[in-house]
Amino acid sequence: MALSRTAHIVTAYGEELDQLADDLARMGGLVETQLEKAIAAVVRRDASIKPDIKAREAQVNALQVDIEKRVLRLFALRQPLATDLRMTISALKIASDLERVGDLAKNIAYRAGDLAGYAPLPLTQQVERLGAIVIKQLREVLDAQSSADIEPAVRVWHSDDEVDERYNTLVREMLLAMTEDSGLVGPGVHILFVAKNLERIGDHATNIAEAVHFMVTASPLVDDGHS
Amino acid sequence: MTDASHNPAELPIKVAARDVTVSYSGKQALHNVSIDIPDRSVTAFIGPSGCGKSTFLRCLNRMNDTIEGAKVGGSLTIDGREINDKSIDPVVLRASVGMVFQKPNPFPKSIYDNVAYGPRIHGLALSRPELDEIVENALRKAGLWDEVSDRLAHPGTSLSGGQQQRLVIARAIAVNPEVILMDEPCSALDPIATARIEELIDELRENYCIIIVTHSMQQAARVSQQTAFFHMGNLVEYGPTEDIFTNPRDSRTQDYITGRFG
Ligand SMILES: Nc1ncnc2c1ncn2[C@@H]1O[C@H](COP(=O)(O)OP(=O)(O)OP(=O)(O)O)[C@@H](O)[C@H]1O
Ligand SMILES: [Mg+2]
Repeated sequence: MALSRTAHIVTAYGEELDQLADDLARMGGLVETQLEKAIAAVVRRDASIKPDIKAREAQVNALQVDIEKRVLRLFALRQPLATDLRMTISALKIASDLERVGDLAKNIAYRAGDLAGYAPLPLTQQVERLGAIVIKQLREVLDAQSSADIEPAVRVWHSDDEVDERYNTLVREMLLAMTEDSGLVGPGVHILFVAKNLERIGDHATNIAEAVHFMVTASPLVDDGHS
Repeated sequence: MTDASHNPAELPIKVAARDVTVSYSGKQALHNVSIDIPDRSVTAFIGPSGCGKSTFLRCLNRMNDTIEGAKVGGSLTIDGREINDKSIDPVVLRASVGMVFQKPNPFPKSIYDNVAYGPRIHGLALSRPELDEIVENALRKAGLWDEVSDRLAHPGTSLSGGQQQRLVIARAIAVNPEVILMDEPCSALDPIATARIEELIDELRENYCIIIVTHSMQQAARVSQQTAFFHMGNLVEYGPTEDIFTNPRDSRTQDYITGRFG
């Protein structure tokens, strides 16, 4: 069921819903970029990104506040129903997940700064790979939200297992590397935190997938055991 | 959000319509409406103006009989009894199927006589003490007793709009109805008077089958357990109120309740 964006009889109401959707899309875009930059900075062990990430985080937080205000206003003044109700509720949930993702991306960027003094590290490629998967998840689930399409949302939801697996492997290998070379303990801990943050972001992408599923179908996304 | 005590599936069916059609002077206003309405709960009828809500409501107490050129077809039963049967006296039927209209319409009589009117003509009360008791009970059930007990001889029309509407409900209750039909009962009332009627409806549903036509989605959502959506003389969708307002199946329902062009 596609959400018709302009068909409301009360034009201003339709516009308010559109603005909510636009805010959410903007917030998603910002968070995506933030995450991309943070991961790239980790790969380069680059501290220079910190101020940029900080500024973006402020924007993300402001957008979340804005979205909360819009949702409150819609409930108080328009009493949205059916798809509009579900879209509004999901926007609120997704915005709070995105805010958390933004926060985790900021943590990742800060770890990039902590890595600045070190020589190239083993397992960097694996971190980059994990990051690429999580970014893809985030992008797909946000696209699913804006096009009200459950198929990619369900796919993202199922792909969380792969993220967890890669994360566990990375932790195991890093611990092994650290036992073999105690000089890796310092930077290795930073890498472990980065990986942990990425894994958490994957969980938020899963939450967003559930919100999209609810928005489109009005039913929760549960494991049907055969897909 | 399951509330087993009010699960319509567990409630016995009070009103059953099968292929009910109505036409006015040959122009069809209702097309093959089939619906099961459970007892002891509130069912809301919603839909755009002219979609046939009042027409269907009027079938339930045979008010269409009184309209020149109106023709009713199909089957309509209350407790399994066909109400269009020749053996049913519409006047008796209307005692068991009470009706409350959009505009409060107390008779130009005292508060007491408004409520006593039905029991008197239906011979439900013989002695004055019996009648007093019926009047008091009905006014209590309608949540009006405390406000009017000291002025029962005053004209019904001297009450406020909200009080008049509760008086009309008391009048309907006084004859022991089984079904209460309400056609936009709050559209002339302020939010406080509306809230009191809604609270009353919620109390009454313990004992009656209530059907309410309303143009307010919020009211339908607040007071009813089932909602039926009518569109151009058709019953388009019928289900638990919560489902209709969170996840309507039909795009016409969706467009209507979300305020979109259909
Ligand atoms: N007494 C009548 N004579 C002729 N046509 C009628 C009569 N009553 C209703 N109709 C027609 O039947 C159709 C359904 O009308 P009805 O009053 O049942 O609609 P409704 O859903 O109650 O609308 P509203 O929300 O405006 O009260 C309309 O086309 C109306 O013009
Ligand atoms: Mg009507």
